[in-house]
Formats: sequence, C-alpha cells, structure tokens
Amino acid sequence: MPEAGPTPLVLVAGTASGKVLRLDEPLSFWGGVETLQGRIIDQRHPQVGEIVAGRILVMPFGRGSSSGSSVICEAVRAGTAPAAILMAERDDIIALGAIAADEIYGLVMPVVVLAPDDHDALLDGAAVTIGIDGTVSVPDSDTGIV
Amino acid sequence: MAPRLEARDEARLAGAEGPAQQMATRVVTRLAAAMGAEELIDITGAHIDSCLYHGQAVLDFADRLADDGARVVVPTTLNVSSLDLLHPEHARGDPEEARASRRLMERFEEMGCRPTWTCAPYQLEVRPQFGEQIAWAESNAIVFANSVLGARTNRYGDFADICCAVTGRAPAAGLHLDEHRRATVVIRLDGVSAGLMERDVFYPVLGGLLGGLVGKAVPVISGLAPGVSEDRLKALGAASASTGSVGMFHMVGSTPEAPTLEAALAGHRPVEEVTVTAADLRGARDRLSTTTSDDLRTVSLGTPHYSVSEIGRLVELLGGRRVGDGVAFFVSTGRDVLHEVELRGWAGRLADAGVTMVTDTCTYFTPIIQDRTGTSMTDSAKWAYYAPGNLGLEVVFGSTEDCVESAILGRVVRDEGIWADA
Repeated sequence: MPEAGPTPLVLVAGTASGKVLRLDEPLSFWGGVETLQGRIIDQRHPQVGEIVAGRILVMPFGRGSSSGSSVICEAVRAGTAPAAILMAERDDIIALGAIAADEIYGLVMPVVVLAPDDHDALLDGAAVTIGIDGTVSVPDSDTGIV
Repeated sequence: MAPRLEARDEARLAGAEGPAQQMATRVVTRLAAAMGAEELIDITGAHIDSCLYHGQAVLDFADRLADDGARVVVPTTLNVSSLDLLHPEHARGDPEEARASRRLMERFEEMGCRPTWTCAPYQLEVRPQFGEQIAWAESNAIVFANSVLGARTNRYGDFADICCAVTGRAPAAGLHLDEHRRATVVIRLDGVSAGLMERDVFYPVLGGLLGGLVGKAVPVISGLAPGVSEDRLKALGAASASTGSVGMFHMVGSTPEAPTLEAALAGHRPVEEVTVTAADLRGARDRLSTTTSDDLRTVSLGTPHYSVSEIGRLVELLGGRRVGDGVAFFVSTGRDVLHEVELRGWAGRLADAGVTMVTDTCTYFTPIIQDRTGTSMTDSAKWAYYAPGNLGLEVVFGSTEDCVESAILGRVVRDEGIWADA
C-alpha cells in the first residue's frame, strides 16, 4: 500500500546523486540483477539488459525472494548497486540489503519512500540529488525540489 | 519512526553485551524502523536461510558476527545450503565457491545453530507450537509455519534471520500481529471435480494459481473437504510463495485459524472474492511446464524436502520397478528424514530402483543435474517455477504418479484424464 504517513520516509539515510532509471515494473534483485556489472537479467522484466549501477533507481515497490537483500548488499560491496532506491511503498527486503551494507562495509545506499505524486514526477534520465532527509532535488528544474 | 525499545535493547545498542549483540540489535532496530514497527517482541525460535552462499557479502556478514562471538539465544535451525555434505560425490559446482559455501555453513554452526540443513524444518521432531512468535526465513517454511502450525513469523530473509536469532527479538509488525493474519481475499472453487481435489497434484497447482492471484495478501480457500493433509498444504503453500509472495493462507476446516470462513475473516468483509474454475486450474498447470518434448532425462522430487510419508508413497508407486537407464531420478530431503527412511528399510529399495537421494541442499539451484538437455520432470510447482531460470533446463510438471511412470518408461507420459474432466 502507498505510504500513509509523512513523506519522504527515509528507510536508510544517506546522500546520493545520479540519473534516474525509472522501472516500468517492480524488480526482484534475487534472480533479477547480476552483481558484476549491475545488469538486469530477469528475462521477464521489460527493461532486461539495463544497468542499475550508479543510477537513482525509481520503482513503485520491490518484488520477489527475501534473498534479494544479500544481492543488494553484494552489489553495494562490488560497487554495482544503484546510487539510491526511491519507491512509493515500504520494502523491508531492499531496506535490509542497504542496512547490511552500511553495517559491514560502511557503504550507504539511501532508500527512501516518496509520496505517489512525487514518485511519479521523476522522469527517466533526469539528474537528481538525494538529501540526508530524503528530499529529492532536480538541479536543472525550475523549482529545484520535487 | 524509531521503535520503542526496552532497557535491555538500549543496553545492547550501547555495547553492554559485546560488539556482536550490538550489531545484531542495531540491525533488528533499523529493520523495525524501516517496517514502521512500534516495538520489538521476544521470539522463541529461528530458522536461518543466510547459510546459503550467494556472494562475498553474506560470508562477510557471518564472519563479522561469528568473529565477534555471536551466539544464538533461541533454538535455531539451518536451511539448505548449496552443498550436499552427506553425498559430496554429487558436487558439480566451482570448487572455490564450494569452499566459501562450506565456510559459511561452519560459521553458522559456530554461532550455535543446529546443522539441520533442510527447507522443511516443520518436519523435524520438535517444531513451533500454535501461537509461538518465531523468526523464520525460507518462503515455504514461513507460509507453513503461519498457515499450518499457527506459529507467527514475518517473511524474514538474509541478515534479519540471524540477527533475530542472536538477539531473540523481532520487529512487532506484519504476520506477528493479529490484524495482519486475517484473510482479506476469499477464494472459492467452482465446478472443480471431487476427483481432482482428491489428488495430490491438485494442491501445488492451486498454490501456483493462488500466488498469481493474491500476491502478498492473506487468502482463505473455501470449498474443500476438511482435514487436508500437511503434505498437501505444504505443496500448496510452497507454490504460492514462489509464484507470489504469500506468507500465510487459510483453508476452511484444515488450517488452525480457519475453523470457519467467518473465523478466517475475523468478522471483517473480504476486500476481494475470487472464483477459481477448472479452466483456471488447467491454465495454472500448463504454465508450470516450459516444453512439450517427451525426451525425459531427469526427474526431481522433493521441493520442498520430501517428508517420510511422501517417500513412503514414492516407494509404493515404484512397486519394485526400476527407472529407465537414460533417466536420472533425484529425491531431495532432510538428513533427519533420510535417517528415518533408512530405519524403515526404504533406502535400499530406493537405491535398487535407481533413485538418488539428495540431502542438505536441493536440485533446483545446486548444479547436481549433469544432463540439462532434453526434458526434466517434477511434481513440485516450486521446482518448475525456479529451475528453468536457475539451471537453464526445460521442465514438464506432472503428478508424482506421472513422474514415476515416465521415469520407468524413459519418456514423458501424463494422465490427462484427471484434468480433462476437472
């Protein structure tokens, strides 16, 4: 369910910047992403072949196996994870992968839940910056803040 | 928002019980905050899936905890790994990865987990009681614990499972709480023949359909005769947790929190009501196969790990016959169940029939199957769903009877009659 409480809701706090990779469908990291390059390998996903590494990954919610946490953690370790993940719903599998990477490697991949409208406003390819409080700013837009 | 913590949690966060307890408590607390849990609860048992190696990160995490002296504080069982320790001759994987896998397994044993190496911990002699709060990982075990045992666990996975076991604490959220356990979707069967509902193969197919229909909602299935067996509920749950993210289902008259439809709904109106027809079931059954080739090379049973009664049924179906020369026939099970099978004198009969027993791991993700050309057959919806992607092979789903008859003939044969007039 979309987040009913205040947004942005910070699941894992940190700063990041990069270009938005907007996914048309939710992605399971386990079986869906390989960690050598960060490539989407789920043959059933419409964006199979795209590279998530260094991107601000925008998707409504996660799906699939709870082993996704370790794939995310492994990708963060290997430097092939997204720069940040922005969703419209909470997802503890994704949050946990980021928490584990922070705990063992001190590497932070922010995970933030946005209001549905703010989430929908993020366009593929846009350069954005994530603040420690979860705010998303788009430097070359008029308002600066989504 | 941060969860409300007790004094003992705060002390652990401050390092009063050492660095391992500190880190594990921090992970549980951060997870609780991410889930929106208001507090932590005590748990009385755990089942760990973090012991399955998939990359350096899981080993680094286990090393950190074990090096810092972490010990589990509740009885804790271990899920399958990627190695069959009892039958090392099955190994076909990369030796380097096998060493890392073995090291990972050892670290969890060091932390006091029981080396059960099974995805079906509910088939062990001691299992959670109704109402117990536990932290289980492994999707099929989670759905079984919640639905069939009436124990209470969220869908835990890597990192969270061991941190809950080390702290004895878990976020008070999701399926731990009454309000998330009631059914919100009613599934009614319409025009499905009594004959089909009496067959084992009906249950994994219904489960596969269910996962696609309800996603992560809690469904209640209505319209089946009461007293459906644990083996059948297990097959249904495992399938629904593969095609969907079902963590709990109710079945009226068969699961403990659903003596009646009203009880499963806990007095609320359902959000959705879905009618399942024979045609829906045939479609779900067809989606579990990726080929129509009858060139059979491999049969894999035991996903989730076969129970003693399922192996007994297999011995009966084989009836002293032997599988065809060109067919490799695998049955995956837990080492505890295998021991029982040996005590009953079935192990020799299975070996004579050409059946290879696999323990501690499973054939749907471990490279045990050598010949991946031709067709593989299984009676497991979970195996059929995952193996083609994991192993790059083609699958035909069938009943256990279909699998046995096909193995003996050396080509795929299925009894279509039970589906034709379903």
